[in-house]
Amino acid sequence: MTIAEELREPPPLPRRRVMSWLIRRELWEHRAVLAAPLATAGVGLIGFLLSSFALPSALRAVAAGDKAHRTLVLGPYSFMALAVLLVGMLVAVAYSLGALQGERRDRSLLFWKSLPVSDNLTVLSKAAVPILVTPVVTFAVVFAAQVLMLAWSTLVVAANGLSPALLWTQVKLDTMWLVLPYGLLINAVWQAPVYAWFLLVSAWARRVPILWALGPFLAPALVEAMAFRTSHVGHFIVVRLLGGLAQAFSVGGKAEQAVDNVRQLDPGHILAEPDIWLGLLFAAGFLAAAAWLRRRREPT
Amino acid sequence: MACITARGLRKAYKTTLALDGVDLNVEEGRIVGLIGPNGAGKSTALQAILGLTEHQGDLRVLGRDPWTERGALMRDVCFIADVAVLPRWMRVWQALDFVAGVHPRFDRTKAEGFLARTQIQRTSRIRELSKGMVTQLHLALVMAIDARLLVLDEPTLGLDLLYRKAFYDSLLNDYFDGSRTILVTTHQVEEVQHILTDVIFLNRGKVVLDCSMDAFEERYAELVAAPDRLAEARELRPIHERQLFGRSILIFDGADRGRLADMGEVRTPSLADIFVAVIGGAS
Repeated sequence: MTIAEELREPPPLPRRRVMSWLIRRELWEHRAVLAAPLATAGVGLIGFLLSSFALPSALRAVAAGDKAHRTLVLGPYSFMALAVLLVGMLVAVAYSLGALQGERRDRSLLFWKSLPVSDNLTVLSKAAVPILVTPVVTFAVVFAAQVLMLAWSTLVVAANGLSPALLWTQVKLDTMWLVLPYGLLINAVWQAPVYAWFLLVSAWARRVPILWALGPFLAPALVEAMAFRTSHVGHFIVVRLLGGLAQAFSVGGKAEQAVDNVRQLDPGHILAEPDIWLGLLFAAGFLAAAAWLRRRREPT
Repeated sequence: MACITARGLRKAYKTTLALDGVDLNVEEGRIVGLIGPNGAGKSTALQAILGLTEHQGDLRVLGRDPWTERGALMRDVCFIADVAVLPRWMRVWQALDFVAGVHPRFDRTKAEGFLARTQIQRTSRIRELSKGMVTQLHLALVMAIDARLLVLDEPTLGLDLLYRKAFYDSLLNDYFDGSRTILVTTHQVEEVQHILTDVIFLNRGKVVLDCSMDAFEERYAELVAAPDRLAEARELRPIHERQLFGRSILIFDGADRGRLADMGEVRTPSLADIFVAVIGGAS
């Protein structure tokens, strides 16, 4: 290569920069990834505002030693977190099922392919949305909503002549703000193979990807239930879809008692689960297959 | 330096043979028209060149294997295809931002300059633009990329005459600098004839004509034969004959123009006429 040719050859852009543009592109197209959790929090906040007139009396009861009213004070915070998390998951599922199919259906696939971005990087950017972006968005939205809730409650409590300290000792948000990101991370790792599978189906299916995504699991589950009256396959589906939440937010991952104390978190126990590692292995395989398919696919 | 070289390029689909041993040699700095009837294998050839489809045979584009090195190749190659649609949900500024973000050779200022000459608003969604405007936008994006090869597959399909004319004008005036290579397929042969430096005819997966436009003009002659000399002219083995307003028009490949001039009016045939003569005669 001559010097002139070398001068003509600009270095390829750093992958991290390209990746961040690819993800930004996904968020431009799929605004629900941000908008749906925000809207959920907004609706939740309205409900919370309406409920806050009952707060002072509940707090007085708690101060007088009434345990039953504790859930009334603490409940809305957990409920907000759960609602945003579930909506985020729903959007992530819809996103993954459509991401690689949509670009074929609207025939923009060849435009994306006319740019110097490999299929591998593109598929990785699409996997990053449900596995990385959604958990981060979920935490940010929940955090902001809870801060607003706490601020409003403090005002209400103070206006009613109660001490805000009483409220703050009941609402243990510091624990929640540690447990939530930890749980979101565990859940993301747990669900990674699910989203990767959905993306693979999306790269392959011509239409109704949700049927192709769930059919191979639901059909055997149905056969099993009818033939043997057992539900091993059905159990597997539920565990793979939602087991991450149990692992993340219940003591010992047994789905019996919710974590309410940082000391109850046990990452060592979870990392020792072969299921987690097996799941990641499958996720990598599914994504590689999705990239392989995208490379060979033409618009439908 | 060769921009594209292909030896024995083959591509078979389940029931059809799209490319049947195609040899190509496109030098840098040429404007090549790849012309053929529907189903001739043009699109397949372009897809192979762009690394969008697997193929058999030897193919190098700018020294790379397009199938295994598509990501890297696309730094030097751009394409506009009527099947490569700009995403309808995207806004114009997002398209500019995105291409600037992922393409190391994209000059944003240049693209903005091209867009300033059009009616396109930066806040518009692509779905709100007319088909002509979408093509203008795509062309503005592509011309702002300092690429070495530009591939155009039916770039003006569905556009009205004004847009089609403007498309090729700005391509020649603002983009082509003699060192880049342009490969174009189109059915509107008349529109590209005057800009091509080379022409390749493809029919049923094979190359049936591959020559420079200079050679083309020397090689082919069209004779509007004087009625009394028609029999004599036919003896010179025209490759095609047609009737127009009661006169016979004969096309010759490599005939002596001096001799033809005796027998009637001689002119250089259009690309479209040769297309019909070479490919229409064969099928």
